Amino acid sequence: MDNGQLSLLKKLVESYGPSGSEEKIRDIIMDEIKDYADEMKIDRMGNLIAIKKGPGKRIMIAAHMDEIGVIATSIDDNGFIRFSNVGGVSPFTALYQRVIFSDGTIGVVSMEHLDEMKDLKLNKMFIDIGTKSKEETLKKIDIGDVGCFYNTLTQDGDRLVAKAMDDRIGCFIAIEALKAVKDSPNELYFVFTVQEEVGIRGAKTAAYGIDPDMGIAVDVTLTGDTPKARTMDVKIGDGPAIKIRDNSMLTHPAVKNLMIDTAKANNIPYQLEVLEFGGTDSGAIHLTRSGVPSGVISIPCRYVHSPSEMVSEKDVEHSIILLTKTLEQDIQF
Amino acid sequence: MLLKRLTEASGLPGNEKEIRDIIKDEITDYVDEIKVDRLGNLIAIKKGKEGYPRVMLAAHMDEIGLMVKSIDEGGFIKFVPVGGIDDRILVSKVVQIGNNKIPGVIGAKAIHLQEPDEREKALKHKQLYIDIGAKSKAEAEKLVSKGDYISFVSDYVEFGNNLVKAKALDDRVGCSILVELLKEAYDATICAVFSVQEEIGLRGARVAAYGINPDFALVLEGTVCSDVSNVDEAQHGTRLGHGPALSIMDMASLFDKGLTKRIHQIAVDNNINIQFRQIATGGNDAGSIHLTREGIPSAALSIPCRYIHSPASIMSKDDYDGCRKLMQLFLKSIEKEAYARG
Repeated sequence: MDNGQLSLLKKLVESYGPSGSEEKIRDIIMDEIKDYADEMKIDRMGNLIAIKKGPGKRIMIAAHMDEIGVIATSIDDNGFIRFSNVGGVSPFTALYQRVIFSDGTIGVVSMEHLDEMKDLKLNKMFIDIGTKSKEETLKKIDIGDVGCFYNTLTQDGDRLVAKAMDDRIGCFIAIEALKAVKDSPNELYFVFTVQEEVGIRGAKTAAYGIDPDMGIAVDVTLTGDTPKARTMDVKIGDGPAIKIRDNSMLTHPAVKNLMIDTAKANNIPYQLEVLEFGGTDSGAIHLTRSGVPSGVISIPCRYVHSPSEMVSEKDVEHSIILLTKTLEQDIQF
Repeated sequence: MLLKRLTEASGLPGNEKEIRDIIKDEITDYVDEIKVDRLGNLIAIKKGKEGYPRVMLAAHMDEIGLMVKSIDEGGFIKFVPVGGIDDRILVSKVVQIGNNKIPGVIGAKAIHLQEPDEREKALKHKQLYIDIGAKSKAEAEKLVSKGDYISFVSDYVEFGNNLVKAKALDDRVGCSILVELLKEAYDATICAVFSVQEEIGLRGARVAAYGINPDFALVLEGTVCSDVSNVDEAQHGTRLGHGPALSIMDMASLFDKGLTKRIHQIAVDNNINIQFRQIATGGNDAGSIHLTREGIPSAALSIPCRYIHSPASIMSKDDYDGCRKLMQLFLKSIEKEAYARG
C-alpha cells in the first residue's frame, strides 16, 4: 500500500459515519472516484452508486459506508446523555470509550455504579461530554443525535488497526478496484451502501433499482486465530476469504467458483469462509426481484465491532486484486 | 364519535373487516378512489393537482389479541396470542370470541386455592383458559371454533384531563386521524392506506407501498408512553399530553431526516406541542414502507399511549388534536415537485 492509499484509508476509517449519517464518508468517496466513474448518483436512501459503463452483464459491487454507533435518547438535569445503540454495540466494548458526534463533540462512555459487572447494560450507561447542566449539553447535543467511536488508524507491521474497518476497508477495496479495473466486458455498479449495520437496508433498495445480474459484497469477516477463539477456519494474513455461507445467504456456486478460479489464475492467496452467524449486503442483494447470484469477498478482521478492528495489509492488497480480476471476467450467468 | 366506534369494534391481524367497513363508510364521500387490495388493506386515493407529489399516509387497522387453539373436555378454551401480548395482563379480562362475539372471561385459580409460591408467579398464557359458560366440549363447539379470533372487551371512556381510556388505541387513533385528514382538500395526491397485519410483522403496509409506489410516506401511530411512577425519565419513551411524537430511530427504521425536520419545524412555527420518541425499540409500518422498491423516504408521527398493548390504554385528546392539526398543516404545505425522484 503506498502513502496515498494509506492516507485515503486513514481518512475513511477516522471519519464520522454511523448508520443513517453516512454523508461525510460519501463525500470522501465521491471526491476520490469522480475521475474514474462514468456516472455517479445518490439514491433516495443515501446510497452512492458509481457506474463504470460496459456492454455486458450488470454487476453490483457493495461495500457499506456506515459503522456502528450510539444515539442520544435523553439528557438529564446534570447534562449526562443516555443513549441507545445503532447496530451491534456491546456495553462491555463501549465502556470507557470515547465517542464523537457529527459536530465534533467528544464524550466518554461511562456507567452507573454496579455491584456486578455482568449486570452492565446500555441503559445503565451514559455519555459524559463534560457539561454541567441539561442546557449546556443541549447547546451541543440533542435527542436523536448520533455518535460513533473515536479512534485513530495505527499500523504494526502488516497489521492495520482502527475503528470502522467494518466496512471502510471494504469501501477502500472497492475504490481501489474501481480505479484499477481495465477493459471489463461488464457494466459495473459500485454501490457504497447505507444502513448495513441496522439491517442491511441500503443494499436492498439499491439492488432493486439496479436489477443486477450478479452481486459481490466486500465486507469484513471474523477469524478463529486468537487464543481460545470460537472455532473458525479463517486467519488474518492468509488472504481474502471467499464466503461459502453466513446467516444471510449461501453463496451462489457459480460466483464462488468464479472467484476461486480467478484467485488461482492470478496466484492470489485465498481462504474459504464458513461463518456461523452474521450477514452482509449480499444477503439482501441475492433475494432482490427474481434473485441475483451473489457472493462476498471477505477481509479477515479481528475484534470486529470494537474501536480496534484489525486487518492485514497484505489481505487488503490481495482483496483489491481479487475483486479487480473478478470484475474483468466475462460473466456467463 | 369515530374513535369510540373504532376502538370498541374488533379487528385482529388477518381479520380487520369490521374496522375496514367502518372506515370505508366514513371516507367514501371524500375520496376519488377506494379499493381493498388482496391482503385486505383499504386504500383510498384523493387526487391532487398535476405536478404535486404522491404521499402515502398509513395507519394500521389491526390490534393485538388472541386466537382459539383448542377446546378441552370441560368446554374451556385454550388460546394463543396474536401479536405482542404481555401474559401478565390476561387474568380476569373480559373477551369476546369470533364473529358472533361470544362473551368469555380469562380464568385462573382463585387466590383462596393458591399455594403461597403460586401467588409469587405471574401465570403464562398456556396456564390460562377462557370460560364461556359452556358445560362441555360439545356445547362450546356450537359457539366457538378453533382459529376464531378473540378480542378484549373495553369501553371507550373519557376522563381526567381530556384523556381517553380504550382498547386498541394502537392504532385506531392513527386510523381516526387519517379519516379526518381525508375530509380536507390538498394539492398533493393523498394515498391513504389503512393497513392490515402490522402487529405481526408490518405485513400489509409492505405490499401496499409496493403497489402505490409513493414519493414519500408518513405513518400515523400509537406509541409507547411510560411517564409514570417508578420509571426513570430516561425510559419514558414519550410523555402524555406533550404533543405527538416524531420518531428518529426504532428497530425497523432510521426515519427520513428531511421530512422529520420539516414536520418538527411546522409544529414549532405554529405553536403545536411536539416531542421526539425517546426510545429506539419497537417498529411500525415505516419499517417495511421505506425499504420498498428503490427506497421511499418515510417519517412517523405517533400519539403517546400509556399501557399500550393492553385492554386499557390511555391517550390525551390534546395530543390527538395536535397531531391532526400538524398533519393538516404539513399536507397543505407540500409544494410542487417536492420529493421529486432523482
